[in-house]
Amino acid sequence: MELGYLFTTILKMVLLVAWIYGLMWGLNRKAIWQKALTILLAFGVIQGAFLLQFGDYAVFSAFDQGLLYQAVTMTMVALGLNLIYGFNGQFSLAQWGFYGIGAYCAADITYRWVNGDASGLFVAGIGVFLAALALVGVGRLLRLKRGIPVLSAFTFYLVATVIVGFVAVFAGKALAAAVAPGFGGHAASGALASPAAVQIVFFLSVLIAGAFAAEVSFLFGLPVLTLGSDYFGIATLGFAIVVQTLMVNSDTILPFPEMKGGRGMIGIPKLTSWVAAFAFLLVVVVIVRNFIRSSTGRATLSVREDETAAKAMGIDVAGSKLMAFVLGSFIAGIGGGVYAHYIGFLSPSTFSFIAGFNPLIIVVFGGLGSMTGSIAASFVWIFFLEGFLRVLLAQMGTEAPTWRFVLYPITLLLLMLIRPQGLLGSVEWGFLRPDRIVRRLTGNGASTSGPAAVQKGQA
Amino acid sequence: MADTTTKTQTVLDIRELTKFFGGLCAVKSFGLSLPQGALWGLIGPNGAGKTTVFNLVTGLIPLSSGEVLFGAERIDGLNPHEITRLGIARTFQNIRLFSNLSVLDNVRIAYHPHAGYGLSDSLLRTRKFALREKELTEQALEFLSIFKLEAIAEETARNLPYGEQRRVEIARALACKPQLLLLDEPAAGMNPREIIELMELIHFIRDRFKLTILLIEHQMRVVMSICERITVMDFGEVIARGTPKEIQGNQTVVEAYLGKGAAGSAAG
Repeated sequence: MELGYLFTTILKMVLLVAWIYGLMWGLNRKAIWQKALTILLAFGVIQGAFLLQFGDYAVFSAFDQGLLYQAVTMTMVALGLNLIYGFNGQFSLAQWGFYGIGAYCAADITYRWVNGDASGLFVAGIGVFLAALALVGVGRLLRLKRGIPVLSAFTFYLVATVIVGFVAVFAGKALAAAVAPGFGGHAASGALASPAAVQIVFFLSVLIAGAFAAEVSFLFGLPVLTLGSDYFGIATLGFAIVVQTLMVNSDTILPFPEMKGGRGMIGIPKLTSWVAAFAFLLVVVVIVRNFIRSSTGRATLSVREDETAAKAMGIDVAGSKLMAFVLGSFIAGIGGGVYAHYIGFLSPSTFSFIAGFNPLIIVVFGGLGSMTGSIAASFVWIFFLEGFLRVLLAQMGTEAPTWRFVLYPITLLLLMLIRPQGLLGSVEWGFLRPDRIVRRLTGNGASTSGPAAVQKGQA
Repeated sequence: MADTTTKTQTVLDIRELTKFFGGLCAVKSFGLSLPQGALWGLIGPNGAGKTTVFNLVTGLIPLSSGEVLFGAERIDGLNPHEITRLGIARTFQNIRLFSNLSVLDNVRIAYHPHAGYGLSDSLLRTRKFALREKELTEQALEFLSIFKLEAIAEETARNLPYGEQRRVEIARALACKPQLLLLDEPAAGMNPREIIELMELIHFIRDRFKLTILLIEHQMRVVMSICERITVMDFGEVIARGTPKEIQGNQTVVEAYLGKGAAGSAAG
C-alpha cells in the first residue's frame, strides 16, 4: 500500500532529523574522543541502515539511498546559500549555477581520468591553483594603491586569470602526456587506473570543483556585488542562465565534446559512497559554523543588519560580501562534485534557473540565518517531495508529477503564512549554537537579562 | 585607549568642504578646525547640512571639493571603513544598531578590525582564535560594564528601550577605539531624565577615553550646557562660531532659527 510507503517516508524524515540533532549534539561535546565517537556513530548508523534488509524490504532501498545523497548535496548548496542570503543578506540566484559549475568540473576531471586521460585533473588543478595565487597576488598589489575603481580592479583580476588559464592548459596537457603511460594499455591497466588512484582523483576533483566555483564567483561577484540587493538578485539570475546556456552548448561553443551539450553528460564514474558524502558534508558544516561563529562571521551578519552602520564600524562591507559569496559558492561547487559522482549523469536541465529556486525555498523554509534549518530542511524537503510523488503516482498515474507541484507550493504557502520565520526560525542545535562564553564569564544567564534573551530561542 | 599621537593640536581640520547634490549646494565652503580634546557643537536649523558634513567626513558620501585632514593625514576619498580604522567613529541620527544581534555582538563587531586573527584561524579554530576570541569577549563585556550595560549583554538590541539603544550605539562607536567621536543628535527623542543621563555620559566618555567630540544637536539645553565651542550652519554655510554665550547673543543665529521679525522681538 502506498500510504504505508508515505508513512515510512515520514518516519524516515523524522529519524533523519533526529540523526542530525544527535550529530550536532555529539559534536558539541568537549572531549575529542566524544566528537570522534559521534562522527563514527553517525556514519555507522546510516551505513548500517543501508545494509539492513528484512526479506524483501530494505530499510534504505537504493532509491532511498539516492534521496539521501541528494539531500546531502542539497544541504551543502543550501548552507552555502544561507551564508550568502541568510547571513550576509545578499539575495542570490546564482548558487544553482555554481552548483552546476562544480558538478561539471568534477565530472569532467574523473570522466577523463577513467578514460585514461589525466589532462582534466592537471589542467583544472594547475589552473585553480595558479588562479588562486594570481587573484591573491593581484589583490595584494591593488591594496598598495588606494581608490582603484571596482571595474578597473576587476579587469586586472580577469586578465591575470586568463593568462594563468592559458599557462595551465599548456602545462596541464604536457604533464598529462608525460604520465599517460601510467594508465597502462589494453592488456594491463597501469597504476593510475587502479581503484585507489581513482578514489584520490575523485576527492581531488571535488575540491578542485569547489575552488573553481569559488574563483568564478570571485570574478563574478567583484563587480556585481557593488549593486544594491535587488539588482544583484537580477544579475545573479542572469548568471544562472548563462551557466545553463553554456552547459547546453558545451560541445559546440565550448571545447568539451565529452560533456555532450544538451544531451547530457553520461559515463561519469559513480564514485560517491556514503563515506565520501558524509565526510564532505561534515567538512562543509564545520566550515560554515566556524565561519559564522567568528569575528569575520559577525562582520558578515552586521552587513545584513545595516550596511551603513557596518561601514561606520570599520567593516569592509564590499570585502565581507565578497567573502561570503565566494565561500558560499565554494560549498556549492563541492556539493556539485558530490552530486555528479552519485548520479553519474549530468543534464543541463537539472541546472536550469527554475530548479535554482529549490535551494532558495529550502533556505527560507528552514529559516533564514539558521544553519540547523538549512540542514534539516534539505533532508525533509527531498524526502517529502519524493515520498509524495510515490503516493500520488499510485493514485493518479502520470499526472502525479504535475499535481505534486500544485500541492508542494501550497504547502510552502501555508508554512509561510503560519511560520514566516521558517520552520526553525533562528534556532540552532548543539554544535551550531553560539558559544555560551558570556554566561561563563559573567556568571549570569538568561535569568537576569529579561525575557528577550529567552525569546532568542536558544532552547 | 592609546593616547593620541598627533603632534599638532588639531585633530580634525576641514577646509573649504563643499558638496553638491545635483544643482543643490548642500554644504558650501565649510571650514572647521577641532583642537585636541574639544567638545564642539554643530548646530543649525533643519536642512542646514550638518548631517551631510558628518557623512562627508566619515566618507559615506563623496565630497565635491575641499579637504579633510585627520591629524596630518588627508582622509577625503578614503573608504568609510578605512576612515573608521584611522580613528573616527560616529553615531547616527536615527539609531542604526544591528538590531537582530545581541548587545554584546554589536560591540564585538566594532572590535572586528582589532580581532587579531584571520579567516584561517577561525576556520581551523586554532589556539590563537580561542585566545583572541576570549580576550575580545572579555574586553567587550568590560566595555559594556563601563556603560552599565553588562546585564543586558545578551539581549537583542531591538528589544531595548530607546535610551538604552542610544547608550549601546555610543558604546559601540567607542569600541572602534576612536580619537574623534561624531555624535549625530544623541538626545533626539529622549525624555528629560534620559537627556541628563546622556549629558553626564558624554562628559564621562570624553574624560575617560580622552576623546575629541563633535556633536550635532537640536536641543539647545544640551548644546549650551555641554559644548565649549559651537559652529552654527544655515543653508550649508557657516554663519557663526564661538562660545555658547557668544552664540546665544548672535543676531544672525537668532534670525536663522526664528526669522527676521522674531529676531527683532528677541533682541528687544
